[in-house]
Amino acid sequence: MAALTPISRKPVSFYVPVVAVAGAIAGLFIGTAQGSGLLGAVAGAAVLAILAFAMTQFVDNEKPMRWALLALFVLGGGLLGGPAGLVLGLGFGWFFGWFIYWLYEGRYRAKLVPYLTPMQVLWHYAFRVICGAILVFLITPILVVMPLSFNAEDFFTFTPEMLRFDPAGYSLKHYRDFFTNDDWQNALRNSVMIAPVATLLSVSFGTLAAIGLSAEHVPFRRAIMAILISPMIVPLIISAAGMYFFYSRIGLQGTYFGVVLAHAALGIPFVIITVTATLVGFDRSLTRASANMGADPVTTFFKVQMPLILPGVISGGLFAFITSFDEVVVVLFVGSAGQKTLPWQMFTGLREQISPTILAVATILVVISIGLLTTVEMLRRRSERLRGMSPG
Amino acid sequence: MKLTKVFLASTALAFAAGAVAAEDMTIVSWGGAYSESQQKAYHEPYMAKTGVNIINDESSNEAVAKLRAMNEAGNVTWDVVDVVAADAMRLCDEGLAMEIDPDTQLAPAPDGTSAADDFGDLLVSDCFIPQIVYSTTFGYRTDMVGDNPPDDICDVFDLETYPGKRSLEKRPINNVEWALICDGVPADEVYDVLETPEGQDRALAKLDTIKDQVIWWSAGADTPQLLADGEVVMGSTYNGRLFSLIVEQGQPVDMLWDYQVFDLDGWIIPAGLSEERKKRALDYIYFATDTQRLADQAKYISYGPARKSSAPLVGKHEELGIEMAPHMPTDPANSKTAVLYNFEFWADYRDDLDAKFQAWLAK
Repeated sequence: MAALTPISRKPVSFYVPVVAVAGAIAGLFIGTAQGSGLLGAVAGAAVLAILAFAMTQFVDNEKPMRWALLALFVLGGGLLGGPAGLVLGLGFGWFFGWFIYWLYEGRYRAKLVPYLTPMQVLWHYAFRVICGAILVFLITPILVVMPLSFNAEDFFTFTPEMLRFDPAGYSLKHYRDFFTNDDWQNALRNSVMIAPVATLLSVSFGTLAAIGLSAEHVPFRRAIMAILISPMIVPLIISAAGMYFFYSRIGLQGTYFGVVLAHAALGIPFVIITVTATLVGFDRSLTRASANMGADPVTTFFKVQMPLILPGVISGGLFAFITSFDEVVVVLFVGSAGQKTLPWQMFTGLREQISPTILAVATILVVISIGLLTTVEMLRRRSERLRGMSPG
Repeated sequence: MKLTKVFLASTALAFAAGAVAAEDMTIVSWGGAYSESQQKAYHEPYMAKTGVNIINDESSNEAVAKLRAMNEAGNVTWDVVDVVAADAMRLCDEGLAMEIDPDTQLAPAPDGTSAADDFGDLLVSDCFIPQIVYSTTFGYRTDMVGDNPPDDICDVFDLETYPGKRSLEKRPINNVEWALICDGVPADEVYDVLETPEGQDRALAKLDTIKDQVIWWSAGADTPQLLADGEVVMGSTYNGRLFSLIVEQGQPVDMLWDYQVFDLDGWIIPAGLSEERKKRALDYIYFATDTQRLADQAKYISYGPARKSSAPLVGKHEELGIEMAPHMPTDPANSKTAVLYNFEFWADYRDDLDAKFQAWLAK
């Protein structure tokens, strides 16, 4: 997007304090890591305020000053914190070099419409910073797990070797452990055997239920819907305890089929909700047209209705799959040691032996989930494009 | 149609799994390195000998609750369960565990001594077959204590000489005894003092002096992780965990054996098994608790075998080749001040003291 608003340089009284605030936040993180957050914040604010003032007031040449700032931060980081500090310095140096001139030159207004008030501009950026902070808050735990899974030690610890980026501090041994250890392999096999079958059951029953419940002549629709959705609302531990006693009596407790059924019951609500939502947009006259042309209800379902509600069915199925694949409470009750799934194994592993193999498994699962979601999203876009629903 | 095929296949699979179950035996234990040692010392030779397939369940932590639920549901799926002695006593009292006659149902020692004599005092319950003696004791970071390593239990309470966090178990057991000993109560009078409310307050008052420097743990793996991180300067946990931390992981940690507390861990067989399963469970127990097997387990983990006749057979670590005897809690050099967990006292006072301790923690 081209510049919308002519920009001009801003006064010192504006950009120096803003940079100082950003410096205080950065200093707070570094200071907290070093033992004193307050001192870090004050020092960060002071250093950045002086730098911002010096860079803009004494020299009028952006490029070399930004390089100099980068070099200063990298050097400082390297001296204080070794290789890890170097990388951190690189990031901070680049950011503040950009940030100081972004404010000083007034570039922050360039891409906004000219009639915005200063408060609106502030909110425009504050909104983005808040969203970014929430994202960081959600993602950081996952990002921490990934490097830790390459730990050469058997603990959840960033060792000094790791922080120095010494190759000896890293290893694939936890991944090797996952692929060679019988316990983990059994758990993986169980998960892979249980989740797809449970998903298949959830999708079949859930789709049928959704179609039935969306037909207007069915009595007590709301009550039936509420009952079918209840596994989602009732606390899991209650369902689990109930299933345990019920399945014990009828001989399903501790069997493969019992776990599959229990997981299917948990997955059905997701399918019902997503399929019901897609059915709202489904034109009933199509089924009548199909019947008019001689198709029986089953043919109509598979040839006409199913292709149209498929996106809802697939996303419901995906949720059902993830529910089963992620589930630990119900399987602890309904399963026996022979049906130990991956989450179960992770749960006991975390309690009895804090082993980074769990982190390796978590990393693999995250990568698979990302792959799965990307594939589904890409397939969805492709089918939309083929149907001409989206210009992309 | 494809769907039907998948259904049929999955149902067939479920039935196939059910058919195999006749030869399966579920043994419940603690998981981690401990289950590993049992797998190698007991399960693997037993499976090779009999062809029974042993499935490991790592639920010993909640064994009492789960056995109660199983009993209520009338569906006991466990065959042999590894529990600490105190849990075994509870299960025995509630009729959830089967009584064992050591003379007919356990193997005699190689020299003909009866199992009852060989286990001696460690047969603390009619349902309990002791397996190992373990201890709860302290480890400390060698690089955080200077050249004055702690050698006295009271160093745990000495914040001046050994500043820094320490980790203690989140329950009164052991902690209140150590507190009283360090408050000047002679070791043989600790339980007399603890029976009185004033004595209990005195123990908590002593713990109060270090309360803000304590990280409370509830899983045996916590203290090793905290020590490896350098988060704590010293911490209590089971001695086998510390052995693995020091010897197998090579962390800068050493043992503080002073006033370690011995406890017992062993097997029970749940009550209410079918005749066939009961027979197999008893057969397994007879095999797994004989003199040689108990000594074999000590090759993999530093817990002392519960039979007197096993002690001379304890050899070297299977992989590292070091002598295991000096790492055993029962080794004379380590056990000068060791005390045995007081089963009677804690059976009577546990609920009261737990409540008091939790209230104190929340203060």
